[in-house]
Amino acid sequence: MLFSDSQILNTILYTPLVGAFVLLLIPRGQGAIHRWVGNLFGFLGLAVSLPLLWRFRIGQAGFQFVVDRQWIPSIGAHYTLGIDGISFLLVMLTTLLGAIAILSSWTAIRKREKEYYILLLLLQTGMLGVFMSLDFVLFYMFWEVMLVPMYFLIGVWGSERRLYAAIKFFLYTLAGSVLMLLGILAIYFTAHTFDVRTVLAAPHSLFSAHLQNWLFWAFFFAFAIKVPMFPFHTWLPDAHTEAPTAGSVILAGVLLKMGTYGFVRFSLPMFPDATVKFRTIMIVLSLIGIIYGALVCMMQKDMKRLIAYSSVSHMAFCTLGIFALTPLGLTGSVIQQINHGISTGGLFLIVGMLYERRHTRKISEFGGLATPMPNFAAIYMIITLSSLGMPLLNGFIGEFAILRGAFEVNKAWAAWGVVGIVLGAAYLLWLYQRVMFGNITNPANEFLVDLNVREFATLIPLVLLAFWIGIYPAPLFRVLDAPVHQLVIRYDPAYYGAQPAAPASTQPGRALAAPPANLHSLAAMERGN
Amino acid sequence: MPLWQHLLAQTREGFWLILPQVQLAFFGMAILLMDFLLEKGQKSWNVLTALLGVVFSAVSLWKLRGLPQGGIAGFDNSIVVDPFFVFFGFIFLAATALVILLSVKYLEIEDENHGEYYALMLFSAVGMMFLAEGNDLVVLFLALEIMAIAFYVLSGFLRRDRRSNEGALKYLLLGAFSSGVLAYGFSLLYGISGSTNLDAIADAVAVRPPHDFLLLLSLATVAAGLFFKIAAVPFHQWAPDVYEGAPTPIAAYISVASKAASFALLLRIFLTVYWPVRVDWVGVLSVVAVASMTLGNIAAITQTNLKRLLAYSSIGHVGYILLGLVAGNTRGLQGVAFYILTYAFFNAGAFAVIIVLRRKGIIGDELDDLNGLVERNPTAAVLMLIFVLSLAGIPPTAGFVGKLLIFWALIETNHYILAVIAVLYILPAVYYYFRIVAHMWVREAGDVSRPHISPGQAVALATAAAMTLAAGIYPEPFLRFASYSLMLPFGR
Repeated sequence: MLFSDSQILNTILYTPLVGAFVLLLIPRGQGAIHRWVGNLFGFLGLAVSLPLLWRFRIGQAGFQFVVDRQWIPSIGAHYTLGIDGISFLLVMLTTLLGAIAILSSWTAIRKREKEYYILLLLLQTGMLGVFMSLDFVLFYMFWEVMLVPMYFLIGVWGSERRLYAAIKFFLYTLAGSVLMLLGILAIYFTAHTFDVRTVLAAPHSLFSAHLQNWLFWAFFFAFAIKVPMFPFHTWLPDAHTEAPTAGSVILAGVLLKMGTYGFVRFSLPMFPDATVKFRTIMIVLSLIGIIYGALVCMMQKDMKRLIAYSSVSHMAFCTLGIFALTPLGLTGSVIQQINHGISTGGLFLIVGMLYERRHTRKISEFGGLATPMPNFAAIYMIITLSSLGMPLLNGFIGEFAILRGAFEVNKAWAAWGVVGIVLGAAYLLWLYQRVMFGNITNPANEFLVDLNVREFATLIPLVLLAFWIGIYPAPLFRVLDAPVHQLVIRYDPAYYGAQPAAPASTQPGRALAAPPANLHSLAAMERGN
Repeated sequence: MPLWQHLLAQTREGFWLILPQVQLAFFGMAILLMDFLLEKGQKSWNVLTALLGVVFSAVSLWKLRGLPQGGIAGFDNSIVVDPFFVFFGFIFLAATALVILLSVKYLEIEDENHGEYYALMLFSAVGMMFLAEGNDLVVLFLALEIMAIAFYVLSGFLRRDRRSNEGALKYLLLGAFSSGVLAYGFSLLYGISGSTNLDAIADAVAVRPPHDFLLLLSLATVAAGLFFKIAAVPFHQWAPDVYEGAPTPIAAYISVASKAASFALLLRIFLTVYWPVRVDWVGVLSVVAVASMTLGNIAAITQTNLKRLLAYSSIGHVGYILLGLVAGNTRGLQGVAFYILTYAFFNAGAFAVIIVLRRKGIIGDELDDLNGLVERNPTAAVLMLIFVLSLAGIPPTAGFVGKLLIFWALIETNHYILAVIAVLYILPAVYYYFRIVAHMWVREAGDVSRPHISPGQAVALATAAAMTLAAGIYPEPFLRFASYSLMLPFGR
């Protein structure tokens, strides 16, 4: 029942919420029980999402596991959930990082545990709802709802300037989304529905070119602030730096993806004319973001701030891939979003572990940590390499696909992107060198303990995924093929050759066993290799 | 037929139409009589009587719900029972019941536990009900004064408190002045039409030439009087002082019920009498709305007193509600009705938390009194969070749906600039509302006392929170109720 096609998304969505209610009933002051129950539901949230792995029908165009009910007939809003390849991957990423974030808080959070785990679980439901919603009103509700728990996570459990960072985060992201609300209403008055599927299914955009311009910008601010694209990124370093470790992991790993997801899900298919028109601006902003974010990283004295700025640079790669509007660019962008969740999530976990041991994040306080913490050093190295795009690790696949996709359109874009990769290697390796290598200059670092079992448990899944995506990314490409195909033919109907009708939509495949309906992007990938 | 026979016949015929008010008045007077007989420790009988009065009145009101299109007129067409009245009647009664529940412990702490308090509340509710029911300028004006005079007394009810006296005096002076202005406008309407009946006036107004000076003069004076009552800029100055000085339950009552009643009057007059000359007032109304949002939301940022903060925020909310009237289409009016209905619950809820903070020796209405509330009384902190989210318009709360409807109406009627302004004023609102949240959840508790929630307060808080969340998550029944209230004005 709970896992039938029509219920599984509800199950995934509301498991964390149920957890939050259960925690609500356990009286305060029972820290240990809250920890256990919180972790139980964190893990359960991941477990109930696993059936999607084999139930998701790869290659089938359109949305799967759709739930559609009347919700507010007076305003025509429905309760509609459903996922396609893109949201499938992001849902899986969310449930995984959610479980890891909760596990990583075991020792780090020792005040007001009840509220902490309740908020983390509420946040989880909010984020999953954003990726699953197929109704504009529902989407907007989830989009805003998840700001509140994040505000508390930063504001209550953050470090010194937490209040400032929390309200800054809230106001920045809200500023973008309120304009999107007007955009959603404007869509309703043109399309006369809040149903995302109906609006997306229209073969040509429902909106006139003039209206598209307005709507594109209304949605742009919401998404660009979330990503965050240069110059809307200033909330991010503060929020990331002040947030507790789990908050940073969720922020970097999932929250930022809402922005890129929004571009892919809404802006691109709904406003094609405006997208083409403003594409250059988007690309330029992305390239500035890549280079600027990387340069700023070089100057940071605080580990967490450095990684925060590296997110600006890495997420700018994702927007570059999106606005390249080629299959490889788009596929690479989504894969890079997953990668960024894995690598940057991992890096934030690592900083969090150092912070728990030393209660500082200053780079100059560390040095030579590889000696007392060899296991830590190894895993940190793998995650650093994955983040900077080393072949055999996940980051390479995403960045390569994005650059390849951008190269198809304009060689200069790819060239600037490559500069970003070089800079990325520089600041990440330099950080690693300053923290891990050399002699121990600070006596406080001499007897740091290496990773314990719980810390291994939080990092190992990320390392395994990094290798898996780095070595055998084909399943990801296959999952993304159908949705990307649908997107690209909107812009370039001739791209896939003579038959413009999407083969993906005519022959629904069945799970991993079925061959991918369209191998084009895969083939291109292999040629590139 | 002699006059007295006519009156008797009218009364016999129309008595059931005013039964809800009669019951309220009856129970109010019963309290006045009873209060003499009660010892100091038995004052809770007053509360019980007042609540009973509200319940009886609500039952009578419920029986009036099934109405023909256009409603039923009574007393020589000087009152009209229509869905509009039933809708607002329920808001008044719900607000009255909430405030009665919130007052019990508060009055004990203030040591002002007199029966007159509850009697005056019921009397003011009588005024409000007639305000929503009246179809005649004289009835409306009398109703307004019944309500207002009860409020003047109630806001000065803490005789020994300087702020309460100051607030009451300001309220009285400015209120009397604005009533005078309103009466002047009414007299002009009478001059235009030769009748005090709204239907007759509406007919007379409809045939006036466009931009008629006399009509515009009446419009300006009536609007000024009404803007004072709803505390819209530039007639808002009384609100912060009165809110701060009045007993907190009365501040809640003013901000919720009195405001709803004044809106009922405003809507009835603007949607019937002045509807034909819409072009003449839409511009002014949008200016007033934007000014209210601006001043309310900007001035609230710097407040350190919670009641003053809520006063300024309520000025901002008035701006949003007026925008629904500016849009003026079905969706906009539905939004106005929905907003007023739900605002009654979440604003009363916010005041209720302040009332919970009131303890012996601690006034509890400063922002700093909230510090560390989550440690001292987590339930109150969570409830306050729900109310604050709703006030700020964050889903999944009623406040969000209300604002959504207003934006919807503005976009539908092509008021894009107003929509953008309205939507952006959510940002300062979130900023100052979240100062409340920060004080509750982040600041360390200065005093470690644990405010206790009394049973009466618990019922009121639970109702308010349940309504706030229900109208946010599943707003359909509330939307239907709001639409039901609008069966009237367009019908005539």
